Amino acid sequence: MSFWLRPLFLAAMIVLACLAPLGQGNYIIYILTSWLLFSVAAMGLNLTLGYAGQISLAQASFMAIGAYITALLTLAGWHWLIAMPLSLLACFFIGLLLGYPALRVQGHFLAFVTLAFNTLVFLVLRNEDWLTGGSYGLVGMPRPDFGIFNTAKQLQFYYFALAVTVVAALVMWGIVRSPWGRAFRALRENPMRAESLGVDTRRITLLAFAIGSAYGGLAGALVTPLVQFIEPGSFGLVHSLRILLMVVVGGAGFFFGPFVGAAVVILLPEFLRFTEGYYLLIYSALVIVMLAFAPNGLIGIGARLRARFLPLQARGDLAQGSRLK
Amino acid sequence: MNGRIIFAMAASLLAATAGAQAQDVVKIGMVAELSGAGAPSGTNWRDGIKIAVEEINAEGGILGKQVDVTEYDTQTDPQTSRALVQKAIDEGAYAIWGTIYSGSTIVNMLVAQQNGVPQFVGSEAPAIVEKGNPYIFRTSSGAQKGLPSLTPYFTDTLGAKKVGVAWVNNEFGKGGHDVFVKEMENAGIEVIADVPSEQGQTDYAADVAKLKEANPDAIFVYMNQEESARFLIEANKQGLSMPLLGEVTLTEAKVIDLAGDAAEGALAHVGLTATATQIPGIAEFAEKFRSAYDRNPTHDAIKGYVGAWATKYVTEMVGEFDGEAFSEKMHGLCLSAEEYPKMLLDTCWDDRGEMSRPSFMVQVQNGEPVVIGTVPAN
Amino acid sequence: MSQFLQIMLSGLATGSIYALVAVGFTLIWQAAETVNFAQGEFVMLPAFFVLIGLNVLGYPLWISLLFGLVLSIVVLGVMFKKLVVEPILPSGGISLIIATIALGTFLKESVKEFYGAEAEPFPPMFPTDPINVFGAVISLQDILNLVISLGVVVLLTLFLNRTRTGRCMQATAQSPEVAEILGVNVKRMILYAFLINAALAALASFLITPVYLAKFSNGETLGLIAFIAAIVGGFNQIRGALAGGLLIGVLDNLTATYVTAEYRAALPLILLIVIILLRPQGLFGTSEGRSV
Repeated sequence: MSFWLRPLFLAAMIVLACLAPLGQGNYIIYILTSWLLFSVAAMGLNLTLGYAGQISLAQASFMAIGAYITALLTLAGWHWLIAMPLSLLACFFIGLLLGYPALRVQGHFLAFVTLAFNTLVFLVLRNEDWLTGGSYGLVGMPRPDFGIFNTAKQLQFYYFALAVTVVAALVMWGIVRSPWGRAFRALRENPMRAESLGVDTRRITLLAFAIGSAYGGLAGALVTPLVQFIEPGSFGLVHSLRILLMVVVGGAGFFFGPFVGAAVVILLPEFLRFTEGYYLLIYSALVIVMLAFAPNGLIGIGARLRARFLPLQARGDLAQGSRLK
Repeated sequence: MNGRIIFAMAASLLAATAGAQAQDVVKIGMVAELSGAGAPSGTNWRDGIKIAVEEINAEGGILGKQVDVTEYDTQTDPQTSRALVQKAIDEGAYAIWGTIYSGSTIVNMLVAQQNGVPQFVGSEAPAIVEKGNPYIFRTSSGAQKGLPSLTPYFTDTLGAKKVGVAWVNNEFGKGGHDVFVKEMENAGIEVIADVPSEQGQTDYAADVAKLKEANPDAIFVYMNQEESARFLIEANKQGLSMPLLGEVTLTEAKVIDLAGDAAEGALAHVGLTATATQIPGIAEFAEKFRSAYDRNPTHDAIKGYVGAWATKYVTEMVGEFDGEAFSEKMHGLCLSAEEYPKMLLDTCWDDRGEMSRPSFMVQVQNGEPVVIGTVPAN
Repeated sequence: MSQFLQIMLSGLATGSIYALVAVGFTLIWQAAETVNFAQGEFVMLPAFFVLIGLNVLGYPLWISLLFGLVLSIVVLGVMFKKLVVEPILPSGGISLIIATIALGTFLKESVKEFYGAEAEPFPPMFPTDPINVFGAVISLQDILNLVISLGVVVLLTLFLNRTRTGRCMQATAQSPEVAEILGVNVKRMILYAFLINAALAALASFLITPVYLAKFSNGETLGLIAFIAAIVGGFNQIRGALAGGLLIGVLDNLTATYVTAEYRAALPLILLIVIILLRPQGLFGTSEGRSV
């Protein structure tokens, strides 16, 4: 896509997202809102997985940390605008603490450490009921009120979540475009060469993981006012795996991959009601097939089709580069 | 973009869709755990409801309208259950039947409350009726109502001075555990071993060893089905000799099936059981259920059945489909089994939606649950 | 005292099952650099094959067990390798990890949809009569679990070290390229590793399901524990996996009894994190990468 086409496409997407909930029942609006916030969580994981090439199996636990901090603070009367950044910061630093030792050793160990971390967070949330409400959870968190704009109603909350998502996406866009973000891609494509060019791979990977975790925290900060009830079970390992599959299905390393992936996981079951209990069965089988034949996910398939029908005059390595956007 | 115009458009569209409703049927949303960990409970709840709806429709429906039940599968996920209750209400449900798992009910009951839609649930966690929600109604007694019925058994029948409690550490087990510990305290019985376990735990060696070492006069076992069975198997192996008492689950047919001989002698207090065949309504329902599904109805199946019939009875008392009037009528209402035979037993709801009715003490004897006593409603 | 003995014996019996699963885990890691996140489901599934033999086809128990073993080797060994690992391995280890996660869901959902969501009783292979040992009670089943697991691991080690095929497998694990040059049929050796893993999983399944009961979700914790056992023992050592399995079985029971039941699930996880921090090659592992 040429230089001006991309922003145009982006604007069209935003307009579409603004129009989507109109005339829909509360249920569809609720589903669309969950799509937005899972897109945010998946966007964070996409940075870790797609750009820095590390598996994290703890995205749901970062959502949990964000959600609980936001819940506790807003219940104590703080405004969401203060609670949210604190949630983000907490997730960022916990990400650093968790990622540092794991990445010191060997790449794949992050997968193991995050796996353990996810369950540990669950146990702490369940057992420390003096703080977290234990298995009963926390209930009755207020939705943010911005004076002229109150998000108490479903539709208003959707636009609020949309605004947060767009801002988060723009920030992510900036991160990926920055020289620093280019280092990620160099790293993923060829770690050895990146290192020889003076990229400190460990530091870059660690930062990617921490930022990715902060995005998980942001998604959590949105879950709290959306559901207005949180309990440890909503942030179990299954949910981390679910977010991971979103990133993979959408296309790891593609900017819009998480949005597509989250849409497939959240919205598609709505249209596949007829498959009843078989939905997860079909879905997991398709993921395996996709990994075998189209490891770059749905966006990867789209890009491949586009390349076939709209051949661009480009050098091989540039084409390679454009795949990473 | 002008936000206000969009909201206005949206509001008018919403109003337009809400107005359209079919005339000759009444829609009801059955939101239950049809897949995931809660599937055994959810499917029984659904099948009990199916039988009730067939009967209701054969008798001319509710206020002359045929009952049209839509099934919504929560996948045992609280957030999905919330979304689905919203969906059912968007699609014009007059009442909601479900959910069973307390963790889900606590989340989705907010939605039914906001929309003024009556909701019959199969959950037993105490917290559910403590939130001041006027639209929530139980189909079985909550743990804080059911468990005290067990206390006389500990004090009088067993003469227990010190007891142990083994419980599953989720919102269901925690609710029961807290009520039990308080009950024992009031009765002057000391809890000398308090053993929590994980949901889905497979190895109960340590749990049982701990209880054996403490050697209480009796043990209260409060877990889900498979966990109960695994616990009984390990208890049998290590030769735990004191009486094991439970609430509802411990003597269910599935647990006996899984635990085999290890279930022998286990006791439980049960709200409604298909084995209480001396009650004619229950015998009839159990027979119908068996011929339809080729298995015995569980506690959850009977709960669903009773919830569906209560919806019919009370709506017809009110005389119109009005969620608010329905809820007002329900509070403090008693339905006698004589006048309302499909309630199976005399059933009352208090002003919070808590339910009370007579219940039973059941013991596993020769591989079958047997009713050994009746406990009056409290 | 009898309580402590009870805990130790029960812990060893359960730990021996973890060890079997963990050994299989390390085998296919070495053979094909496959971190199998579906390993827990690999243990869950064979029990259902046996139940199909018993309840659907009406075979007697021992034929059903044989049927389950063969079917497990075909499905979890051959098909897993041909249909999942081979097509995806070229896309890299991360894709393969994700594929095995999806495979775990697939197996779980298949059992749930096609067999049933409720737990099922499973017949024991050995008598479950309790035996009293100084006040602790252990069943013959427990003892046999331990003996069989130890026996299998010893046999496997002998096979790998003393037979020609076993040494070829080791060579393949250390360096497929060199092994190829030396005339080893690398593909076949890798296939053997998958077959052995499937057989070990089936064996673990048959031993543990009478106690755990057959349920579609049984793999969730088992896979994670076996995986931690493998890491703790040393990912590149069969005897490490054995020791790791036994250690976790015992530690888990000790924690639940003497420290905290609420955080018992946390102990293996903390152990995992500590091991990764302090001794990433595992307690018994060597640091030079893959070797049997």
